Amino acid sequence: MGIEQRRIDDAGLARGMAALTPEKIAKTFQALIAGECGARLRTYVETCMRCGMCGPACHYFLSHDGDPSYAPVGKVSETMWKLLKADGKVDPRVIGDCAQIAYTECNLCRRCMHYCPLGIDTAYIISVVRRLCHKLGVTPMYIQDTAHSHSATLNQMWVKDDEWTDSLQWQEDEARSEFPDLRIPLEMEGADFMYSVIAPEPKFRTQLIYQAAAIFHTAGCNWTMPGTPGWDNSNMAMFSGDAEIMGRVERYHFETAQRLRVKRIVMGECGHAFRAVYDVGNRWLGWKMHPVPVVHSIEFFWELLDQGKIRMASKYPGPVTIHDPCNVIRGRGLMDKLREVVNHICDGVVEMSPNREHNLCCCAGGGVINCGPPFKNVRIVGNKAKADQLKATGVQTCIAPCHNCHGGLEDIIHHYKLGMKLKFLGDIIYEHMEKPGAV
Amino acid sequence: MQNKASWDWEPGSRVIADTRDCSGGAEWIEEPYVSPDGERVAAVACVGEAQFTLCANGQPWENVFDKIWYPRFSPDGRLTAIVQSDGEWTLAVDDAPWEQTFAYLWGTRFSRDGSIIAASIQQDGEYGLAVDGEPWEGLFENATDFALSDDGSAGAASVQVKSLGQADIATFQQGVYSIAVNGEAWDAVFVNAWNPSFDAAGKRVAAALRHSLYEYGVAVDGVPWKSRFGSVWEPVFNPATGEVNAPGRVQGKWGLAVDDQMAWPARYAQLWHVAFTPDGKTTAAIVAPEFGSFTVAVNDRPWEATFPVVTDLALAKNGRAACLGSDCNKNFAICVDGRTWSGRYDMAWTPVFSDDGANVAVLVEKQGKRTVVLNDKVYREWFDTAFPPVFSPDGGKVLIRGISGGKFMRIVVTPDAFHA
Amino acid sequence: MRELYEFAVGPMAWAAFGVFLIGSVIRLISMYSLARKKDGPFLSYMSWRFGLRSILNWLIPFNAQGWKENPLVCVTTFVFHLGLILVPLFLLGHVVLWDQYWGFSYPTLPEQAADIFTIAVIVACLVFAWRRATNRTLRFVTTGQDWLVLLIAFLPFLTGFLASQHVGPPLVMTTLHVLSGELMLMAIPFTRLSHMIFGLFSRAYMGSEFGGVRHAKDW
Repeated sequence: MGIEQRRIDDAGLARGMAALTPEKIAKTFQALIAGECGARLRTYVETCMRCGMCGPACHYFLSHDGDPSYAPVGKVSETMWKLLKADGKVDPRVIGDCAQIAYTECNLCRRCMHYCPLGIDTAYIISVVRRLCHKLGVTPMYIQDTAHSHSATLNQMWVKDDEWTDSLQWQEDEARSEFPDLRIPLEMEGADFMYSVIAPEPKFRTQLIYQAAAIFHTAGCNWTMPGTPGWDNSNMAMFSGDAEIMGRVERYHFETAQRLRVKRIVMGECGHAFRAVYDVGNRWLGWKMHPVPVVHSIEFFWELLDQGKIRMASKYPGPVTIHDPCNVIRGRGLMDKLREVVNHICDGVVEMSPNREHNLCCCAGGGVINCGPPFKNVRIVGNKAKADQLKATGVQTCIAPCHNCHGGLEDIIHHYKLGMKLKFLGDIIYEHMEKPGAV
Repeated sequence: MQNKASWDWEPGSRVIADTRDCSGGAEWIEEPYVSPDGERVAAVACVGEAQFTLCANGQPWENVFDKIWYPRFSPDGRLTAIVQSDGEWTLAVDDAPWEQTFAYLWGTRFSRDGSIIAASIQQDGEYGLAVDGEPWEGLFENATDFALSDDGSAGAASVQVKSLGQADIATFQQGVYSIAVNGEAWDAVFVNAWNPSFDAAGKRVAAALRHSLYEYGVAVDGVPWKSRFGSVWEPVFNPATGEVNAPGRVQGKWGLAVDDQMAWPARYAQLWHVAFTPDGKTTAAIVAPEFGSFTVAVNDRPWEATFPVVTDLALAKNGRAACLGSDCNKNFAICVDGRTWSGRYDMAWTPVFSDDGANVAVLVEKQGKRTVVLNDKVYREWFDTAFPPVFSPDGGKVLIRGISGGKFMRIVVTPDAFHA
Repeated sequence: MRELYEFAVGPMAWAAFGVFLIGSVIRLISMYSLARKKDGPFLSYMSWRFGLRSILNWLIPFNAQGWKENPLVCVTTFVFHLGLILVPLFLLGHVVLWDQYWGFSYPTLPEQAADIFTIAVIVACLVFAWRRATNRTLRFVTTGQDWLVLLIAFLPFLTGFLASQHVGPPLVMTTLHVLSGELMLMAIPFTRLSHMIFGLFSRAYMGSEFGGVRHAKDW
C-alpha cells in the first residue's frame, strides 16, 4: 500500500529527480502556490472532510481492491497535502513519487466529482501537482517528448508541415477510387466548418481521415482543413503541466479557424483534444468561452443523421455497448446524442452499468497512455474494473468515440481476453451508410 | 503590386466571366479566386481522372497536372498554384511551372508588391525556402514558421539544426532549434525558436525563443534579449524606428516589451497582434484588459468597447484603427476607433482602410450571402460569394468583387451606393 | 461553578458568537478577495441557476452517485447534519434562552423529537468515529484534526444529552454543555468545520462548471 511499493523506472522521472535539490523544490513549490494557486486550492484543502466517499469513484481504487492509496483523497493526501504540510521542503524522491501518482495514477477523468458532497475538484488538485512536476522537470519521458513535439511542430507527433498536407492529399487520392469527385478541401476560406484531428490520424490512422472525408462528401458538407500548423487539436502539454505550450497550441488552433473564416470547428472522435479546445486552452488565453464553437464528432454525426444528410443503408449488427468518454460526457454532456446516434446506426444496445456521467474511465486519458510503455501495466491492472464492466455486458462490440479510450480499452480487452471489437462511430457510419456517390 | 491608379475606376458594373465557362469538359470546378484588380477569376478544374488545370476567365491553362492546390493571385496579379506531376511538386506561375521540382512544396508567399514569389520546400527529407524557383543552398532537417521580407529579398524560418533521437528529451532541452535566414542558421541554438520576422528593410530578423522549458525570450539577429518572460508571442519590428516589439508574460499578465524593456506594463489578460502605422508613431494591439473581455489598445490605451473575442486588427496610415468583435464567432461587429458600428453579421473579414484613413470597408456575410459594408452602410446587393473590397487611390470609390449565379462581377461604386 | 456558568452564558457567549460570526465573515471576505485576485477567471463561471441546482441535488439523500455508493455515510451524514442544525436552533431549552436574554421566541421541537435527534447525532458521531478507525481509506488519510473536529462536534451533544437526562451534577453538565457548544462555534471558521461556510460555494462552483459549461450533471 502506497507509492513506495510500486515505483516504476522512467528515464524522464529519473533524470528530473537527479537534477533536483531540496532547495529548488521548496522554492519552486512556494512560488507556484503563491503565484498560481488561490482560493480554489485553499478551500479544497481546508474543507475536505477526509470522509473517503470518493474512493469507489476511482477505477484504480476499484481495480486494486480498495487500496486507499489509489482513492482520489489518498492520491491528494500523498501529493498535495504532503507538499503543503512540508511547505515544499521535501526530497527529490517525493517529487518523483508525486509525479508517478499525478501522471500515471489519475486520468483527471473527474468521476470523483460525482462522489464528493463538497464539490472538491480532485482533478484540479492533481493538475496543480503536475504543474509543479513540470516546473521541476520531473515528467515521464514519453509525455514530455510529446510536449516537446507540441512546442516545435504544434502537433503531438512531430508531423512536419509537408507530411500533414501530403497525408491529406494521399487520403483524398485513396478516397477518389471510391468517390471519384471527393475532395478534402484545403485552406478553403469561408467554409462552414474546419475539420480538425489529432496527429495520430495523419501519422498512423489515415483511414479515419478517409472515413471522415467520405462521410462529409456524402453529406454534401461545405468544409475545409487547414494547410498549416494549427490543424492538430490534441494537447499533451495540457496534461504535462506546461500551460504555456498548451496555450500556444490552442492559440494557433483557434486562429487557424478564424483565419479560414469558418463558423465552427468540427473535431474527430477524440476526448482530451475536445477538453483542451472546449474549456481549457481558451481560458489560459483569456477567452471565457472557446472563441470558435467546437463541435465533437458525436454531435456532428447526430446532426447529419438528424437532418437526413446521412442515411444508413444497414445497421451494424449488434448488440453493442457504449463507452462514455469522460471529456465529452462529463465534459460536454453528449451522452444522449451519443445514444441516439448509436441506436440509429446499430442493432441494439446493452448499456454498461454505471454509465453516462458515471461511466468508468478508460484509464488511458489524462495523458496516462502518453506516458508510454513503462506505465502500460499501470493502466491495464488499474482498470480491471472497466474490464469487468465490459465483460458483464456480454456483447461483442464496444463503441468508444475517443482515441484515448480506444487505446486504453484495446489494452484491457486484449489483456483480460474479452474478445470484443472496438469501434469509432465513424467506422460504423462509413461502413453502413448509403453511398450514392460511390462507384 | 499592380498600380492601383491604372485600374478601371469608372463607376459601373461589369461581368468579367462566368465561372461555369470552365466547366465544359471539366468534371468539376473548385472554389473561385479573384485577382486584386478584379479583372480575372480563376479556379482549379478537374479535367479527367487525376488531371487538373487552372481555369481563368474561362480559359484553361495549357498545362495539365496530376494535382493542383492553393491557387492564389499574387499582389501584382499573377496567378500561382502548387502543382504536381509524376510525383514531383513545384509552383506554377501564370501557367509556367518553375523549372526545379521538389519532393514537396507548400506555403506560397509573396513580397509586398508581388514581384517575388517564394514557397516552402522539402527535398530528400530536407527543408527550406525556394524563392522564385531557387531553393536555399542550405536546407535543414526541419523548418517551420517561414517568413519572407516585405521586399522579398530575404527569407527566414525556424529550423532544426541538430538531430533528435526517439523521445530524446535531453538533447531537445539542450536546444536543437535556431533561425535560418536565406538558408543560413544563426550560431545560437535554443529550446525553441519561433516566428521569425523581418524589419522593413529585410535586413534584420527577430524571433520568439524558449531558452529553457520555463524561460521565454526574444532574439534579434541571433542575439537574445536579457529579459526573460513566462511566455512570449511573436516579435515585430516597428517599421519606422526599427525597434523590436514583443508581447511578454510577466507573473500571469501580458505587457509589451520594446527593445528589451517593458514599454506597456504587464497588466493585460492577453496582448497580441501588434501593429504599427508606417510612421511608427502608433502602436496598436489586440488586448484583454480583463479575463473574457477583449478590445484594441492604441499606444497602451484600451478602447472602452469590449467583446468576448476580437480579431483582425487593421491600422490606417493616419493612425485610425479597426477590428472585428464577435460573440465567439457569431454576431460580428466592426469597431473603428473604439466606436462599434450598428450592423451585426454572421461573418466578417479584415477591415480595409482607404489610403487616407477616412473610410473603412469590410466584407461581411449574413445568411450565406456576402456583400461589402462601407462606414456602417451596406451595399445594396448581396452576392453568393464576394471578396474583400479595395479602395481607389483617392479613397472615393470602392471596388466590389462578387459572384452571383456563377457570374463574377467587377463593380466600382461611390459611397452613395451604400445605405444604412 | 456558578461563576463559571455565568461566565459561559454571559461574556463567553458573546465572545463565541462574535468569533463565529465575525470570523466567518472575515474568512468569507478574504477567501472571496483571494478568489478575485487569483481565480478570477474561474469565478466568472459562477451561476446561480446551476450552483443552486447542484446544491439542491446533493441535498436529496441517495440522489448523487456518491451517496448511492456510500449508503452508510449518506444516512449518517444527513441525520448528523439535520440534528446539528435542528437541535441547537429549535430545542426548547435554547429558545428559552433567546427569550430570556433577547425577548423573542419561536416554535420549538417537541421534547421527544429533540431527544431523538440528539441521540441520532451522538450515534452518527460514533459511526463517523468507527469509520475513521476502521475504514482503510479513512485510516490512510485521517489526521489529528479530523479526530479533533469530530470531538468538537460530538461534545455539545453528549453533554447536552447527559444534562437533559440529569446525569451528573446539573450545573457542571450544563456548564460543560455551554462551553463545548461555544468551542464548536468558535472552531467553525478556523478548522475543517469551515466547510459549513465554504462548502456551499465549492459545490456551487462545481455545479456551475458542470451545468453552465459542460452541460452535464455533477451529482
